[in-house]
Amino acid sequence: MTFAALITLFAAAALVAALMVAAGVFTWAERRILGFFQERLGPNRVGPFGFLQWVADTVKLITKEDAPPPGADRFAYRLAPVLASAPILAGFGVVAFAPGLSIAALDMGLIFALGMLALTVYGIALGAWASRNRYAMLGGLRAGAQLLAYESFLGLSLMGVVLLTGSFRMGDIVTAQTELWFVFQQPLGALLFLIAGTAAAHRLPFDLQESEQDLVAGFMTEYSGMSFALFFLGEYLAILLVAALATTLFFGGWLGPWLPAPVWFGLKVGVICFGFIWLRAALPRPRYDQLIGFAWKVALPLALLNLLITGAIVVGGQP
Amino acid sequence: MSLDAAPQSSLVETLKARFGPAILAEQATGEAFPVVWIAPEASPAIHRFLKEEVPQPFTLLADLWAVDETRRSHRPAPARGVTLQSHLISLDRNADIRLKVACDETMPRAPSIAPVYLAADWYEREAFDMFGVQFDGRASHRRILMPQDWPGHPLRKDHYARATEQPPFRMTEQSFSAAEEANRIDPEALGLPLLKDGEELMVLNFGPHHPSTHGVFRIVLGLYGEEVIWAIPDIGYHHRGAEKMAERQTWHGFIPYCDRIDYLGGVTHELPYLMAVERLCGIAVPPRAQVIRVMLCEFYRIMNHLLFYGTMAQDVGQMSPVFYMFTDRERGHRVLEAITGARMHPAFFRIGGVAMDLPQGWDALVRDFLDWMPPRLDDYRRMVLNSDLFRIRTVGIGAYDTATALNWGTTGPGLRATGCGWDWRKARPYSGYDGFDFDVPTGTRGDIYDRTVVREQEIRQSLRIIRQCLDHMPGGPVKADHPLTTPPDRNAMLHDIDTLIPHFLATSFGTVVPAGEATGQVETHRGLAQYSLISDCGTSSYRTRIRTPSFAHLQMLPHILPGMTVADVVAHIASIDFVMSDVDR
Repeated sequence: MTFAALITLFAAAALVAALMVAAGVFTWAERRILGFFQERLGPNRVGPFGFLQWVADTVKLITKEDAPPPGADRFAYRLAPVLASAPILAGFGVVAFAPGLSIAALDMGLIFALGMLALTVYGIALGAWASRNRYAMLGGLRAGAQLLAYESFLGLSLMGVVLLTGSFRMGDIVTAQTELWFVFQQPLGALLFLIAGTAAAHRLPFDLQESEQDLVAGFMTEYSGMSFALFFLGEYLAILLVAALATTLFFGGWLGPWLPAPVWFGLKVGVICFGFIWLRAALPRPRYDQLIGFAWKVALPLALLNLLITGAIVVGGQP
Repeated sequence: MSLDAAPQSSLVETLKARFGPAILAEQATGEAFPVVWIAPEASPAIHRFLKEEVPQPFTLLADLWAVDETRRSHRPAPARGVTLQSHLISLDRNADIRLKVACDETMPRAPSIAPVYLAADWYEREAFDMFGVQFDGRASHRRILMPQDWPGHPLRKDHYARATEQPPFRMTEQSFSAAEEANRIDPEALGLPLLKDGEELMVLNFGPHHPSTHGVFRIVLGLYGEEVIWAIPDIGYHHRGAEKMAERQTWHGFIPYCDRIDYLGGVTHELPYLMAVERLCGIAVPPRAQVIRVMLCEFYRIMNHLLFYGTMAQDVGQMSPVFYMFTDRERGHRVLEAITGARMHPAFFRIGGVAMDLPQGWDALVRDFLDWMPPRLDDYRRMVLNSDLFRIRTVGIGAYDTATALNWGTTGPGLRATGCGWDWRKARPYSGYDGFDFDVPTGTRGDIYDRTVVREQEIRQSLRIIRQCLDHMPGGPVKADHPLTTPPDRNAMLHDIDTLIPHFLATSFGTVVPAGEATGQVETHRGLAQYSLISDCGTSSYRTRIRTPSFAHLQMLPHILPGMTVADVVAHIASIDFVMSDVDR
């Protein structure tokens, strides 16, 4: 094993650890922020401002009994949470946090990240199937249908950016925004990406597969303990990944004056995450068929239109 | 009640002219409506006549219940072992009629009127469950509140009232699985399809433990994909036998149980009970007590509607409003706590008045609340009702018209959302509601959205009523000066032997209410609550029939849910605004 590979391994381990902490902190931040939105306090007992609540929760989840329901397919039941969280961690491997600061600066980085994001649905469908619970089943089916509907324009929505940059590499995309963030050149693309990203991260109003009011907890209904925690971790990491992608693609990545590059990146991700939390506090959830209809009938044509116009401009602008 | 006596007796004449000997007798009661004994075999025809043929028909079957007459000493003449009673209401003539059928003691039988009034279905099941009344013409007799394998019929006088009267309860492996098997719901046995287009339906047990069923309520759904093909509501998980308990408690001691009939309604259910008791005793409630009662009832109406509004938004996935509304409820509860000393179950009303006078400074508290609410309501309107996402989830969904609503016994906001402006507070003002200036909000489409809007408007109207209570609170006593009020006035007791003796008797044994029958009707936040009491001149009620609005409302579900998706089911049952304690009693 070469020295460089060791370094990469070490960096990857550090990144995974940092992401776990980030997801934990995010759960705390979300609960506090939701609390303030909703005239209540949120967790404020463990540590200063309740900051260590996520540590306490993690300890609780680790020590909690993880009981598969009777009749469950045990192997699939155990595998599902891993499938739901591991790809997201892998997806972070291509994210460029600062110039040259990424685990793997793949040429097809963007495609890789999107692919990893989409892979989580296997975990969800598998978990739903393995649980032998009809609520979980409905949740899993919804997740599948929603994935098809939203994945279709998730990729298309950022093709405009790729056209403008001419590269799938994260670093290239960021450096192409030195003059102007792509959100100003691609407002429609940015909007569609954020919508699809919300759906990919299963956040309200697109959290149909775990819609508490009708499906109890959807595919997670039968999960407890660490298996549940892994699903949960996957969800929060997915939000962070979507926010990181959005930052990279549309909001200039690490670019920004005065502060060091990774700080800018983190700040932008934080602001987008705050937006997700805000959405969750504000919006009702449309019905399943309404959302799928919206994806196919409104969002997909708009994404195609956006791609068409961008393509025409790029081609027309060439000498 | 402002019921005109003349056309009512002419109605009985009409019935006599039409059905002759089938009209057995007209019972003289202190009620504001005629009580007519009819021959069992003519019952469906008479019901159909009243529902469809008389001018200004009796479209609403408010209640149908049975009475075990076997131990009653003041028994009206035609009564035999079990009496089956139905209470019909005509909105057009603003009048009621009660029909009674005398049945045998050992084998009570009567013809079913479910083909006439759809709402009778569950009531007949309940009469079978509680009294063993067999209904000719019914396909099956399934218990509705008790477990299917329950021995005996609990409201019969020979059925024990307390578990301690029985040998210790033991659950063996065998009895457990037998009970499981007996209570299993088999859609096939109920004649429901298990296939659609050759594909197997998914049978989903929705509840009894589900976050959106608002209590222990179970619906068995037959799903084709996400579409509901059929639905079987199953109730009884919250049954506590309140009607049986009423036969053991003193008249006064039953008041706290009323709070628990609808645990979100606070004092609201005490009012119909006490109105009936006061009618039996001939007590006139002093004006100050009446206004206090109205004020508290309206407060609890607001409390309930706020909870409804928040959970309605929550059930379509909107997370925040319910938290804001709990802040408001907290403020309201602070006022209620100051006045009654309790939050959810105050047991504040008494026979002939209320427990105590308003505390010093109550007006400032109430005024604070009245000033606090309107801007908040405006916020909620922007947040919930004007939200497009909320509208696409609710407009046009779960809609029914006025005729359907009445046919199923729907009252309250669920009826008013269809455009029918019927409100007992307006139609038959009780407890001095005629002195208040307020409107009855109505909807037009009768869908989930309109039901929400009607309740939101009702909060504003209730605020108006409370404001009037605040501005015009009369002085004077808060309890009637009557020997049967419980307990009698203490100052009089200390100086007067004629009060001391009744005081001693009433506090040691309980008030003895004169024999008779009386009914109290109240427009609660959910609809009609009707308490029909029979006193046999004892210290507790001979029969307390509690008609609650939610029971009737749930009955409509199998007919309205098919065609909806699972998410719509959640939104629809949220918009009914039921409480399981109110359904099961």
